Amino acid sequence: MIPAIKIDQVHKYFGALHALKGVDMSIEQGEFFALLGPNGAGKSTLINLLGGLLRPTSGKLAVMGFDVLGQYRQARHALGVVPQELVFDPFFNVREMLRFQAGYFGRGPENDAWVDEIIECLGLTDKAHTNMRKLSGGMKRRALIAQALAHKPPVLVLDEPTAGVDVELRQTMWEFIKRLNREGHTIILTTHYLEEAETLCSRVAMMKQGEIIALDSTKNLLDRFPGKNLRLKLGGLALPQSLHAMLRGQENGEYMLALNEVTQVEFVLAELRKANIAVEDMQLIEADLEDVFVDLVGRA
Amino acid sequence: MNLIGSRFRGSWTLFKKEILRFWRVVFQTVAAPVMTALLYLLIFSQVLGSRVQVHGVDYTAFLIPGLIMMSMLQNAFANTSSSLIQSKVMGNIIFVLLTPLSYLELFLAFLAASIIRGLVVGIGIYLVAIIFIDLPMVHPWIILAFAVLGCALLGAFGIVAGIWAEKFDQMSAFQNFVIMPLSFLSGVFYSIHSLPPFWQAVSHFNPFFYMIDGFRYGFFGVGDISPFVSLAVVGGSFFGLSLLTLSMLKSGYRLRG
Repeated sequence: MIPAIKIDQVHKYFGALHALKGVDMSIEQGEFFALLGPNGAGKSTLINLLGGLLRPTSGKLAVMGFDVLGQYRQARHALGVVPQELVFDPFFNVREMLRFQAGYFGRGPENDAWVDEIIECLGLTDKAHTNMRKLSGGMKRRALIAQALAHKPPVLVLDEPTAGVDVELRQTMWEFIKRLNREGHTIILTTHYLEEAETLCSRVAMMKQGEIIALDSTKNLLDRFPGKNLRLKLGGLALPQSLHAMLRGQENGEYMLALNEVTQVEFVLAELRKANIAVEDMQLIEADLEDVFVDLVGRA
Repeated sequence: MNLIGSRFRGSWTLFKKEILRFWRVVFQTVAAPVMTALLYLLIFSQVLGSRVQVHGVDYTAFLIPGLIMMSMLQNAFANTSSSLIQSKVMGNIIFVLLTPLSYLELFLAFLAASIIRGLVVGIGIYLVAIIFIDLPMVHPWIILAFAVLGCALLGAFGIVAGIWAEKFDQMSAFQNFVIMPLSFLSGVFYSIHSLPPFWQAVSHFNPFFYMIDGFRYGFFGVGDISPFVSLAVVGGSFFGLSLLTLSMLKSGYRLRG
């Protein structure tokens, strides 16, 4: 099957800045894929290259087998992009904007039923005739998702879609996006909320400074990180010096220690006993995507 | 709409959106320029109307075609330039750039909408002016040709300015230091034959002069130069500017990095 996205040795320079350094990646049709990385890693640059908002310095990108430069019409038909910024046209209401957006892609009145459906599914029915200017931030975000979907693209890219969005809206939105994925849409997500990527995405790419530093299934990435975290409550007492090398964080009198393997628990307890410190509470926690991310980004 | 296949629906949609965009603020985009032109007409006709004749035509009547053309040109320019600069500054330009519209389709849609806005303003001024002044129309086709070509030229100029400018301040400089002087010094309020020889020669380098003189010729059958020379200059300028605009859109200059 033709991959939904194929990125082949893509370099992008902005003047002297080498923003993307030979990125190679393939995303299969129907995948729910996460693109993670700190600010400035090159995620948005990669998305803008796919959407034709930027042009690569070298290399090739294809959407559903269509080259984004040579076959830009077909490639853009296949792609919907939800931008990170809350951008909108202040002259029009939600329904008008969606109809215009579909119209740019050659879709006419026959597409109105789909427009109505996305308006309803994203909880925008009450706001369909409201000017974009008058929508709250969360509503604008929904409208942006609706706009990206207006022409029914098989591939949907969401660039930080839940930034600044309340929990309730986030859940409604993900239910709808999951439904689209079940119906066969390929979803590519960039997010700072790593738990979202862990819950939703079957595969993850991690980027740092314009390079892919990890690309694997979410499960493999988590398995690759054998470590666990140990949370300790010591009744306000200080952690012994010998355990400071393992310290990952400290909050509200609780210490979070990073363990390479479970057997290190014994060592920790021994050191606490040696220092005459009684453990008030203790919890062993599985590593999550955030641990993998911090580890890989820190190492790369 | 059924007559227009889905291949053309994209540019048709952008055209419709651009029309609706200026129509939503019709007081600002149509009524205001009509009012301004009528104020010019009122003041100049009161001061000079009964005493001055140009090319054997009463000054008030002479003034009307120039005011109509100047307003059409300024508004055609404003339509494309303001649409592009606003979308760029607000970021919503991406909704157009992410679509499969080609650079030619973008050009045609923006241009056609600017011509419509220019014509709507021009017709508005004409309809109000003829209530008060008897205005002949000797060559209607020449009037139409200059109106459409003039609006197209300034519409294309607006696209260039809208792409080039990155701030409202730059756009304002373009409007105040290029468009306004060119339109005011083009013979809207006078015949260039009333100027000293040096300024007459300078006027021949101003494309606005040819648009206004040709347009006025359509009404009265007289002008400072042959309407066919004017048509050739305006047509040539439009062709050259269109090539520049298309090359900017094709290369993605200041639109696609």
